[in-house]
Amino acid sequence: MTAAVAQKSAAPRAMVEVRHISKTYAGGVEALNDLSIDFAEGQLTSLLGPSGCGKTTLLKIIAGLIPATGGEVKVDGRVVTGPGPERAFVFQDFALMPWASVMRNVAFGLELKGMARSEREAVAEKYIASVGLKGFEKAYPHELSGGMRQRAGLARALAVNAKVLLMDEPFSAVDEQTRRKFQEDLLELIAREQKTFLFVTHSIEEAVYVSDRIIILSHRPSQVSSIVEPAIVRGGGPDQIRRDPAYLDTVESIWQSLKRYLD
Amino acid sequence: MTLITETVPVARQTSFAASPFASPAMLWLLSAVIVCSAWEIAGRYPISPAFPPFTDTMAALFAMILDGSLPKALLITLKPLSIGLIVSVFLGVGLGVLMGLNRFAEWLGSPLFIIAQSAPLAALIPILTFAYGIGLTSKILTVCIMAMPVIVLNSLNAVRHTPASLIEMGQSFLSTRWQLILKVILPAASPVIFAGLRLGCAAGFIGVILAELLITPTGIGDIITYNQSIAEYENMYAAIFAIIVFSVVFIMLLERLEAVMFRPEKRAAS
Repeated sequence: MTAAVAQKSAAPRAMVEVRHISKTYAGGVEALNDLSIDFAEGQLTSLLGPSGCGKTTLLKIIAGLIPATGGEVKVDGRVVTGPGPERAFVFQDFALMPWASVMRNVAFGLELKGMARSEREAVAEKYIASVGLKGFEKAYPHELSGGMRQRAGLARALAVNAKVLLMDEPFSAVDEQTRRKFQEDLLELIAREQKTFLFVTHSIEEAVYVSDRIIILSHRPSQVSSIVEPAIVRGGGPDQIRRDPAYLDTVESIWQSLKRYLD
Repeated sequence: MTLITETVPVARQTSFAASPFASPAMLWLLSAVIVCSAWEIAGRYPISPAFPPFTDTMAALFAMILDGSLPKALLITLKPLSIGLIVSVFLGVGLGVLMGLNRFAEWLGSPLFIIAQSAPLAALIPILTFAYGIGLTSKILTVCIMAMPVIVLNSLNAVRHTPASLIEMGQSFLSTRWQLILKVILPAASPVIFAGLRLGCAAGFIGVILAELLITPTGIGDIITYNQSIAEYENMYAAIFAIIVFSVVFIMLLERLEAVMFRPEKRAAS
């Protein structure tokens, strides 16, 4: 690894602990085999790897949406047996209900909890504004662009006030320009919300741009190939980050290490 | 002929978006005018002595409405039809949704409805008459066996094809099983369920007329058989026309109901 890739050991407490997780799908496809990773509290950790390497599978196991074949996941010290209130999921295809307004979609997690309508709409309104969708509360998903739909998906995940946000390639269905703006807004959001983010992506630039820590996975069945902590100063704004030599070097070194998985 | 030639320039204008003739209501009217004038021409030509022109049929229709015989017949027909449709709609959607949610229920029920959907049901009506007599019960059952299969099978498929990510979304935000069904699966399935309801109800209308023609002549079926036997074809076609109009209006109302109940975004768009 190059100088840009620093291996830090003084990490904060692990919020999500993945221990010896294996997953074999019906039909014999082995997605994960004895994988162990820690995700630090208050950080944004990316899972990066070749397509089909089991990144999304791992995220869904952490979310409790699919069961692991072996091993266990602990979130905030408790073993995961299914979805829980300390985790919220942001979906690759947004998963907004087309028959519900932005307001109802964003407040849906609270609606399921049985929170009163006026109360949950007040909370939803706040998060709709914080993701930049103010004025679109009454709009329906089909009236929004892809980027705006994902903002609604993000607001929905924020509204339930979970400690851990699980984001499954949240920007992959969004066009390049919208994605850049979204990434910049995400950095602000991370600074504002004291949460742990787990971020699955196949974009090296995106991972380096938004992450505190990048876990590079190998081909299926996934192993941790390497862990990268981009030594980027994030104070200077988006333009400075993208021109930062550390950013460029990190992108290049990750590309060099991932290249061998392509055939 | 004049009616037909007149419509040609109108039809050409419809390609211009700004044209007032391009509105859906106008196209609807245009299509009705074409069908009715073709009917009129065919009746005047005449293609058969048993095929009266449109205008004569309409005259017979108004005469039967005014003397009260058609409304009375419609009310009689409405009884087996409405009971049959209510049973088919609620039982059909209920069974279909249950089969969509539960593999065991699907295994148990779906072969029956797949067979029923492809069987020549009109041929089974005599068996119903043997079993349940010539009364109301047989007619209600005829409506049900015509209407239910498509309602059940559409509901089953609608539930089965709920987008996986919406179900995961519900689960990840901690829905209970019931919340998931009521707030996610049913609204997501409603367009296909309602498509089945429209097809099923149309089949139910056919079923009730079949029953009134094949079991005992009552209501609209009585008007059709009676006037056919005395060669009053205007009256016969007027009765058929009335039941078609009634069926179309009913199915359009069903579509409105869907938008109001489950699909607010369609109301917002229209």
